[in-house]
This record gives sequence, C-alpha cells and structure tokens, in this order.
Amino acid sequence: MSQTPADLRYTKSHEWLRKLPDGTIEVGITDHAQQSLGDLVFVEVPEPGRHVAAGDACAVVESVKAASDIYSPVAGEVTAGNPKLATEPELVNRDPYGEGWIMRVKPSGGAATETLDAPAYEAVAAAGG
Amino acid sequence: MPYIPHTPDDVRAMLDRIGAASIDDLFDEIPNSLRIDALPGVPAALPEMDVARLAAARAAADGRPLNFIGAGAYEHHIPAPVWALVTRGEIYSAYTPYQAEASQGTLQVMYEYQSMIAALTAMDVSNASLYDGASALAEACLMAVRAHRRSKSARILVPATVNPTWRRVAEVITEGQGLKLDAVPYDLATGCVDVKALERHAGEDITAIVIQQPNFFGQLEDVDVLTRWARANGALVIAAVNPVALALVAPPGEWGDGGADIAVGDAQPCGVPLSSGGPYVGFMACRMEHVRQMPGRIAGRTVDTAGKPGFTLTLQAREQHIRRAKATSNICTNQGLLMTAATIHLALLGPEGLGRVARACLARTAELVAALTQLPGVREVFPGPRFHEAVLKLERPAGPVLDALAAEGIVGGLDLERDFPELGHALLVCATETRTTADIEAYARALGRAAA
Repeated sequence: MSQTPADLRYTKSHEWLRKLPDGTIEVGITDHAQQSLGDLVFVEVPEPGRHVAAGDACAVVESVKAASDIYSPVAGEVTAGNPKLATEPELVNRDPYGEGWIMRVKPSGGAATETLDAPAYEAVAAAGG
Repeated sequence: MPYIPHTPDDVRAMLDRIGAASIDDLFDEIPNSLRIDALPGVPAALPEMDVARLAAARAAADGRPLNFIGAGAYEHHIPAPVWALVTRGEIYSAYTPYQAEASQGTLQVMYEYQSMIAALTAMDVSNASLYDGASALAEACLMAVRAHRRSKSARILVPATVNPTWRRVAEVITEGQGLKLDAVPYDLATGCVDVKALERHAGEDITAIVIQQPNFFGQLEDVDVLTRWARANGALVIAAVNPVALALVAPPGEWGDGGADIAVGDAQPCGVPLSSGGPYVGFMACRMEHVRQMPGRIAGRTVDTAGKPGFTLTLQAREQHIRRAKATSNICTNQGLLMTAATIHLALLGPEGLGRVARACLARTAELVAALTQLPGVREVFPGPRFHEAVLKLERPAGPVLDALAAEGIVGGLDLERDFPELGHALLVCATETRTTADIEAYARALGRAAA
C-alpha cells in the first residue's frame, strides 16, 4: 500500500508538490510512482537557473526497465536539483517524499499544472492513471 | 512459394476485420507526392547466372590497383582466420537477436570488443559499435550537446584538419537538430590546428571541440595543448582517432589533464576490407560520467540468479524501443558483423602485433615519401611527425597526374585541391604495411613519368 501524505499536492503525472517557507516549490515523484517504476538506477536532475514552463520535461528517472520524464508542475526558475541523487538514486525509492525530492522551482506566476489533493490523487493512482 | 505467405483470402479476411478496403488504404496517411510507383534505375528481376555475370563485371571494373590512398580508410593485411571465423553460421549476422540474452556468445563478443576499444582509447566505457567513423563523429557531437548541460550554444568547433568527409556527414546528420559545426583554420606551415586562431574563441560558449589525431594530413596535433584549452574554456573534447595509430600515440584518455570526454573513430583498419568504401564500423568510447548520453548498445557482464557469470544488454531504458521519440539516439543496434571481425582481428594481433603493424606503416610511409620526393618538383609540405599519410606538393594539378597513374593501375593518392585549395597542387598519399619496396619503386617510376 503506497503512502499519500495529506499535506502535499499532486499531479496526474505522479509528481508531488510541497510549498517551502521561502515560496519555492519542491517536487518529487509519489510513492505510487516509485513502486510502479521499480528500483531506480539513475536520476537526471535539472541544472539550477534553468527556466521552465509548466508541463516541461525537466528531469528523468530511470529504472532498469524504463526511463520516465518528470514534468515541472509550475512555471519558474529551477533553484536546485537534489545533488544526492547523482550517487544515491535509491533515495527516491526509500524516501520519495523526503530525501528523495528531485528539484525545487521558484514559481514565476505563469500557468501551472492542475493539482490534486491526496484523496483525489489516490483515486487517480488506484484507477491505474 | 511467394515470399509473403498470406493468400488473397487471408488478406481479405484481415482487411475486413479492421475495416479497410485495401492494403493501400493502410498507407493513406502518406501523401501521394511522397509515394513512388516505380524504381527508376532498378532493373527487372534477373536470373542468378545473369546477376553473377553482372557482379563479376562490376568487380572487374574496380580492378585490383596498387593502392596509395588512405584518407580515412586503410588497406591492411587481414589474417585469414578473421573472415573464416566471421562467416561461420553461428555469428554470420549483422544483428543482435531479439531476446539478446539468449545469444550469450553474441553478447560476449560485444563485451570483448568494448573491452578492447576501452583499452585502446584509455576511456572508461565503449559502446558495441556504430555504423562508421563519420556517423560516429556525428553521434559524438549530438552526445556532447546532451552531456554538456551548462552549454547552451550547441556549437562544436571542428578544425579544418578533421577529415572533410566526416565533417560533411556530421553536418548533414546534426543540422536538423540545431547544431552548429564551426571550422577552425590550420597553420599552413605545420598542417596542424592554429592555436592562435583557436584562442580567438576563448570565453565563448562552445559545447565541444573535435580533435583528430593523427589529423587528416597525417600530422600529429598537439593534443595536450588543445585538450587543456578546451578544459579552460568549458568545452568538452571529442577525440577522433585511428585504432592502429593508438598503438603508438597517446590514447584520448590520456590527453591534456584528464583526457578527452568522447573518443570516436573507424575500426575499419582492424579486419575490415576497403570494399569500395563500406560498410565500415564506427567505434565510440567515453568517460563514465557521460555513459547515459552514449548512443547505441552496451553489453555488460553480470551474474545470473545462480551466481554464474553472464552477459546482458545494459542501459536499454534510453533506447528507441522503450523511450520512443525521447531515445538517446535513433541508433538502436550496432555494426555487429564488422565489430566481430574487428574483435577477432585485434585478438589475433594483440597489443604487440598492432604495434608492429603501426611501426611498419610508419616506416613504409617514410620510405614512400623519401622515394617520391627524389623526383624533381615533388616535395613534402609539412615538416612535423606524421602517421599513415603525407601531403606532397606537385608542380602540376594532381587530378590529371592521378588519372595517368590510374591508367597504369596505380591509385596514387587523394587530390586535395577540392577541399584544401590553399595548398595548391597537393596530393595526400599513404603507404601501409601492405606496400613493398617494389610497390613503392613502381609508384615512383610511374609518378616520374606522369608528373614530368
């Protein structure tokens, strides 16, 4: 059974969003997503300073069987990619909502991807979305 | 029995099932302007006897000339076991089978090949081969753009001393993806990259620089200086190298401080005949940090669930059949048959044998240059150390001289005037270990008559 913390927002493409005190948005992939992908062997995180639009593919998570894009849920500037993932991609499997965060984006206020609360996301995940 | 086993009834039943009126309907999204009804120039079917006669006539038209041309493809002796083994039924295929792990022998050959290429280039990791050296250079340029994420320019410096055919192929393959390949001039006195001209690009956003060693003129570039310049200016280094030369010159992994990022070349000199220009086999190796941007297949060594060693295709998650349009490259295979030939060839020669071949090439080219420059009006253009190739200057245009030599059954070299008009009446010549003193004397006599 996968975890879906109630204090986060979610996308239909299986990212989670956490608003940090400084206003930046931390992004990772959900517990459901990491379970579906299996053991991650590589995570490619974006370079700080990169400007992204909502829906842009800006990171890649790779398991032995698939490589999947991670989309930025908001428009803005990437302030950080998780540097630990270069050597410890398994953090995403072990702690998807904590140490396994993927990137932080400072929103510029443009269009954002539609987000869901935890129960709505669980319904999407349960439906195999 | 027809090649397509379906009867008209089978076809009708399948079309009815999917609701299509005819087979042509399945292709109706292709505009008529892109379709062809006939293949002009392709004759009707011929009986086997006529095909054999036609092929024999074409082969005879090529003749068996005495060859003194290199320029990217080299005539080397290929020990008889190489092709006797390659043409055995077990391995006589260009393809990696589906369910590749069921063919452990095929994967082991790839693994051995990769190990040899990594050792020759002193790089961390090699792929299982690409189509040829020219397309390997193009793939290296694309790979550099993917790997160098801080560089936004997609601009690659390709010095004028890089094989001009490789440059043109790389331009054609990369231009649709927005890459810019910019030339850097060479020093007319040395035939090597003009470091002062390179310095004018200092501080610019350059994704990578290509360094060919030995360069197209056969001259040895100062690879350490060029590699350090690239490092200091934030550019990746793509090495284009000849596998035979690597027996004598420093491998890309040892250039400058820390080595090149990507090394490519053509493994044709290792067991692949000239074959009128192809097919050949490209190689590519890189630093481990770039491995996920490397195109093509990689065979890895692992252990199975019982702990027994075995071989497997690895890093497939980024290939086309899984990642579709976002794949690392459109290349989803390797040049399997010729890679096998290169592997057997290199295994037969070993490091010592490859070194002897390289030293013989060095000596034969020196002997050739000495013999030809005895002739009045023939002189060597560049003074530095060279490998395989030398540039000679004639007093008359090289084209008609080469035609006269060809009439005597001698392929006398490459006319450089088209690509390098600044060199005047210049000829690129080459002698490998396959040329004897008698061959060289015959060429010198013929050139004496033709260039007089």
